[in-house]
Amino acid sequence: MTHETPPGAHLPEHADFLWRNPEPKRTYDVVIVGGGGHGLATAHYLARNHGITNVAVLEKGWLAGGNMARNTTLIRSNYLWDESAAIYEHALKLWEGLEEDLGYPILFSQRGVLNLAHTEQDVRDSVRRVEANKLNGIDAEWLTPDEVAKICPIVNISDDIRYPVQGATYQPRAGIAKHDWVAWGFARRADEAGVDLIQDCEVTGFITDGDTVTGVRTSRGDIGCGTVALCSAGHTSTLLDMLGVRAPLQSHPLQALVSELLEPVHPTIVMSNAVHVYVSQAHKGELVMGAGVDSYNGYGQRGAFHVIERQMAAAVELFPVFARAHLLRTWGGIVDVTPDASPVVGHTPYRNLFVNSGWGTGGFKATPGIGWCLADTVANGRPHEYVAPFALDRFVSGALVDEHGAAAVAH
Amino acid sequence: MQLIECPYCGPREEVEFHYGGQAHIAYPETPSELSDEEWARYVFFRDNTKGEFAERWSHSGGCRRWFNAVRDTRTYAFHSTYRIGEKP
Repeated sequence: MTHETPPGAHLPEHADFLWRNPEPKRTYDVVIVGGGGHGLATAHYLARNHGITNVAVLEKGWLAGGNMARNTTLIRSNYLWDESAAIYEHALKLWEGLEEDLGYPILFSQRGVLNLAHTEQDVRDSVRRVEANKLNGIDAEWLTPDEVAKICPIVNISDDIRYPVQGATYQPRAGIAKHDWVAWGFARRADEAGVDLIQDCEVTGFITDGDTVTGVRTSRGDIGCGTVALCSAGHTSTLLDMLGVRAPLQSHPLQALVSELLEPVHPTIVMSNAVHVYVSQAHKGELVMGAGVDSYNGYGQRGAFHVIERQMAAAVELFPVFARAHLLRTWGGIVDVTPDASPVVGHTPYRNLFVNSGWGTGGFKATPGIGWCLADTVANGRPHEYVAPFALDRFVSGALVDEHGAAAVAH
Repeated sequence: MQLIECPYCGPREEVEFHYGGQAHIAYPETPSELSDEEWARYVFFRDNTKGEFAERWSHSGGCRRWFNAVRDTRTYAFHSTYRIGEKP
């Protein structure tokens, strides 16, 4: 009797050696606070694109153990506004060559994303977004319910459910990647270039001289710095509070969940903002699902059960076969959300302190793109053109980038 | 899910409530004199405290009234709930 190769059997082996575990030096040209995807990518591109290698990445826990380990790994660039499309499409193009750049497998799988529409307003917004994407050179199509079912046959397109599928946008180049491998690939390359990745090193304060940050206080001693880049996601405002800098960030728990391993049933990514489901099937076979953000502020890396319950109800109605799947586990990350659902990147009142925050639920897909642009920003001391629209001062000027409609999660 | 003590109705399940963000944000006393910067601070900037945080909740699935609460954003536990105008 022969068996098909089980799902996940082709996952690559890990490298024998990933990175050193150095003691912190007394000073660095650049200190990056936060050893998640964004911090590691920034370190990589500082070394690769700008030759800046006297860099430390400080991580209070273990590398990529925060949101990077807790997300649903969706990658797409089908955002509405030019500013968002530019940075996310820049990221997507980098994703498409990242395995070669890092010399490390990241299992980037371009299986496409369907964003479902359930109401007339959804349809209008979606068609508008498709046209906006095309104008920005981003692959996008509008599909009818029958065309949706051809791409993902398990989607329930009958019209007797509470919120029938009225069509979908489709971005064929969207995909998923293996988040841990992505982080390790960036970490390994940055380490090879001479960047010090320092784990178990919490930033507890800053040393300042006028409008300059001269050092960071950490649980492993004081470290001097030429430039500081904050890449600490949900904890950014905790750090900014130490400097007396305010940013319009609110930290919320965002939950996700995963099923047992199943045979391949789900060939693409399906998202629905209206009933709030987003699902893909991981390489090994788990159904990976994202729930909503809990409404309240929180730092607890968990959320309320009723958010999961509501998400499961919607998922089972949209994918009737899911009723037979077992939920394996749920978890939460802490997302930092802004009033316009767009990030806050760039200068702060301290001339050598740059902030990278407010990615809400969209941070993972941006990883190489923001790493590239933040490295450029730090190296040149001025915002890269793709991050310039996301400056903190837009909340005073009123030039918001209102991306609620294309964000994965209503927040 | 946890029970939240509505100051008017008593303990009810979390799903009956709606979150309203930071409490005790006063409307500017002289709005016509505010600069763009000051308006931005009033409209967009809120504390993002890690720890005990005073915030507004509405018992939207019950009496529909707003009240204030002090809640720990690390554990999510409510330390107190109190009526608008009262002290925690």
